[in-house]
Amino acid sequence: MSRLTLALIAALLLAGVVTVSFAQQPPAAPVAAAAKIDKGDTAWMLTSSALVLLMTAPGLALFYAGMVRQKNALATLMHSFIIAALISIQWVLWGYSLAFGPDKGGIIGGLEWVGLRGVGVEPFEAYSKTIPHQVFMVFQMMFAIITPALITGTFAERKKFSAFILFTLLWATFVYDPLAHWVWGDGGWLKKLGALDFAGGTVVHISSGVSALVCALMIGRRRGYGHQPMQPHNLPLTVIGAGLLWVGWFGFNAGSALEASGLAASAFTATNTGAAAAALGWMFTEWMTRGKPTVLGAASGAVAGLVAITPASGFVGPMSSVIIGAVAGVLCYSACNLKSRLGYDDSLDVVGVHGVGGTWGALATGLFATKTVNEAGGDGLFYGNPGQLWIQCVAVVATYVLAIVMTAIILKVVDALVGLRVSDDDEVAGLDLSQHSETAYTLGGGTYGEFTGGTGAFTEAKRAAEAKARTVH
Amino acid sequence: MKKVEAVVKPFKLDDVKEALTGIGVVGMTVSEVRGFGRQKGHTELYRGGEYTVDFLPKIKIEVVVPDHLAAKVADVIAGAAKTGNIGDGKIFIQPVETAIRIRTGERDESAL
Repeated sequence: MSRLTLALIAALLLAGVVTVSFAQQPPAAPVAAAAKIDKGDTAWMLTSSALVLLMTAPGLALFYAGMVRQKNALATLMHSFIIAALISIQWVLWGYSLAFGPDKGGIIGGLEWVGLRGVGVEPFEAYSKTIPHQVFMVFQMMFAIITPALITGTFAERKKFSAFILFTLLWATFVYDPLAHWVWGDGGWLKKLGALDFAGGTVVHISSGVSALVCALMIGRRRGYGHQPMQPHNLPLTVIGAGLLWVGWFGFNAGSALEASGLAASAFTATNTGAAAAALGWMFTEWMTRGKPTVLGAASGAVAGLVAITPASGFVGPMSSVIIGAVAGVLCYSACNLKSRLGYDDSLDVVGVHGVGGTWGALATGLFATKTVNEAGGDGLFYGNPGQLWIQCVAVVATYVLAIVMTAIILKVVDALVGLRVSDDDEVAGLDLSQHSETAYTLGGGTYGEFTGGTGAFTEAKRAAEAKARTVH
Repeated sequence: MKKVEAVVKPFKLDDVKEALTGIGVVGMTVSEVRGFGRQKGHTELYRGGEYTVDFLPKIKIEVVVPDHLAAKVADVIAGAAKTGNIGDGKIFIQPVETAIRIRTGERDESAL
């Protein structure tokens, strides 16, 4: 990694902070008298926000880290962990403003809220009628964090760390932020069109899944893919990660009600039911076609179900969620199997789980949505409104186009600036050692080496003693 | 002196160790190894990806004994490690030129 790029990124972030902190916060806009903070809603939304962060670090971090080879375990954990830090800063500096700021032609939010200017603790009519605006901002921040983290599974075990950092920053800014505005922003064109996406089927899962496909194709396969063994090195980590994702997802989906209400309860039920049905769907399909019900299959199935139910969770009843989940389990299992025939190396199946599961979920919302669950939502095809399915298709296609085009451009730019892949030698040695100078495991006899340097009081004292001893003799 | 080297199923290690100490063998070295013979490997499944794992985990036991004990040690190991199933392992016996106890400098049989 060139120190130049590193300095560039740091300078960019720093400049943002400086610019923003010198601009004085204007007094919060006068709030309509009707808007009043509800303590129950606020408590639930703060809890939900924390639950959604739990999905990324440690949930997704462990889920992915268990599936890579031992030599890349730390680097894979680092992807999710450092995205939590990176996007937290990006979001308060400009991300939230681009995604949810004052609308510019339905395409993007303005820069009026850069540095959270004017995003105060009073409710904001368009997004958060009963909770502080900042709570809504924090809740959305956690979504912005997990989405690029999902993509990291596709280029695991071979992407240069500097390229990963640059890619993440650019992708969050030029794909996630606009897309979040289209679907959820006040004035966003897909929102105005009536597209239903309760908790992020298009914004989070289709966008990450489709971008993952572009990444897998443009970065290329791992060295030795198809010849060398690449089994998961620690599936217990993956199962723990899947469990944490399942738990965190209640914040993701039930929290998307933005209030502690019957709608949140309904979304909670749909989420859990969908995950359960998909875990069983994947497991039984695998059992029937391959002869064994694998643990990785059950865990992947649960995640596929959570993905699929995400856009529908606030619009469908429990029986619909059983169908959505079960179909997701079968569909995503088949997609992951198809991958090996197509020959691209989506290392941890982001496309098969999030791309396919997200697309199915978005379309299923157009089939199963009903106003009896959510008055503010809509009716789907099975409830007499075929038009909704069409709108869902438009939202899906729009997401595909934005994700494919922008991701390809961003990868080209990053490749030109720092190069996408590590060298062959570094890939063979593993990213833990080559990118971070660390190894994940020193079990079984410790390390063979010598401590060769350090800083701090202890080392200073040791060196002084050694120097003294030498002079005496 | 002879070195008796046995590759056995991991769960048989305790039985072998007890049988050997029972006939007066006072030291041995074990290591975790991988390999295959007629047993071949097994297949693992990860999201539809199939992996053939040829090398199976085994335990290698090395014992160095005076010449006259070698055959008996081999018999005892074979008796203790046998399950009758494919994959029970193998025993090799080879000559050892010299043995030295590092602490005292004793050589050969008195060093065993």
